[in-house]
Amino acid sequence: MSIWEYANPVKFMRVSGAVLPWLVATAAICTTGGVAWGFLTPEDYRQGSTVKIVFLHVPAAMMAINIWVMMLVASLIWLIRRHHVSALAAKAAAPVGAVMTLIALATGAIWGQPMWGTWWEWDPRLTSFLILLLFYIGYIALWSSIEDADSAADLTGVLCLVGSVFALLSRYAVMFWNQGLHQGASLSVAEGERMSAVYRYPLYLSMLGFLLLFLALVLIRTRTEIRRRRLAALQAREMRG
Amino acid sequence: MIELGKYAGTVLAAYGVSILLLIGIVWQTLAANARARRELEKHEKHG
Repeated sequence: MSIWEYANPVKFMRVSGAVLPWLVATAAICTTGGVAWGFLTPEDYRQGSTVKIVFLHVPAAMMAINIWVMMLVASLIWLIRRHHVSALAAKAAAPVGAVMTLIALATGAIWGQPMWGTWWEWDPRLTSFLILLLFYIGYIALWSSIEDADSAADLTGVLCLVGSVFALLSRYAVMFWNQGLHQGASLSVAEGERMSAVYRYPLYLSMLGFLLLFLALVLIRTRTEIRRRRLAALQAREMRG
Repeated sequence: MIELGKYAGTVLAAYGVSILLLIGIVWQTLAANARARRELEKHEKHG
């Protein structure tokens, strides 16, 4: 069995339809559990109760970057192998990625005001995240502005390649430019820098929840796009004959 | 009762905004999916 079999819309609809109820249930349990567990964690001795924001901010930021990477892979598959399901999956993922970026920016600003003394700073990571949000919005706008679906998939695929620079910059900005307010990785494996288990485990659960939530949403949205494409094809056939 | 101390407003604002955005994208996804399925079924039945 090859992975390319799932590029067949009929097969994709059948398999995703069987997987979705389990995925939705697991995503709901993990996301709700992780966020609620994070909300119930004790105060940090320096940050006070604002430490609870990390259980939303870190998973959202992680997903904001990784969703763009997923869109890049799906776009490359479309550009190279012309599988329609992959182009539709990239299209389906973009609004979820935009929301994740917005959550990361909003929670960062809300946390930053009492901790840094400012809502916003033109720091490398914050700025690259803002540009990533603009790329998400541009990507969604480009899809809806082109009538021919294949041309839209081609052009948005190229835009996705360009935007990947900013997705990577968002991830590695702290390392590239050793300046700015934003701290390094929240989940360091290095001894002495490791987050306490009290915060680490709820964070892992929240990250898993956000990942599963994204997978559930992207499957549902891809199924929606496939149905829309089928409806458009039927209507076009009727118009012709 | 959870004690949020002097940062109660900050924490509640962060959770409120995030949960609203998450509910928004879930609702939009489900509504669009239901609409697309309904329209396709209607078309296949009558068209």
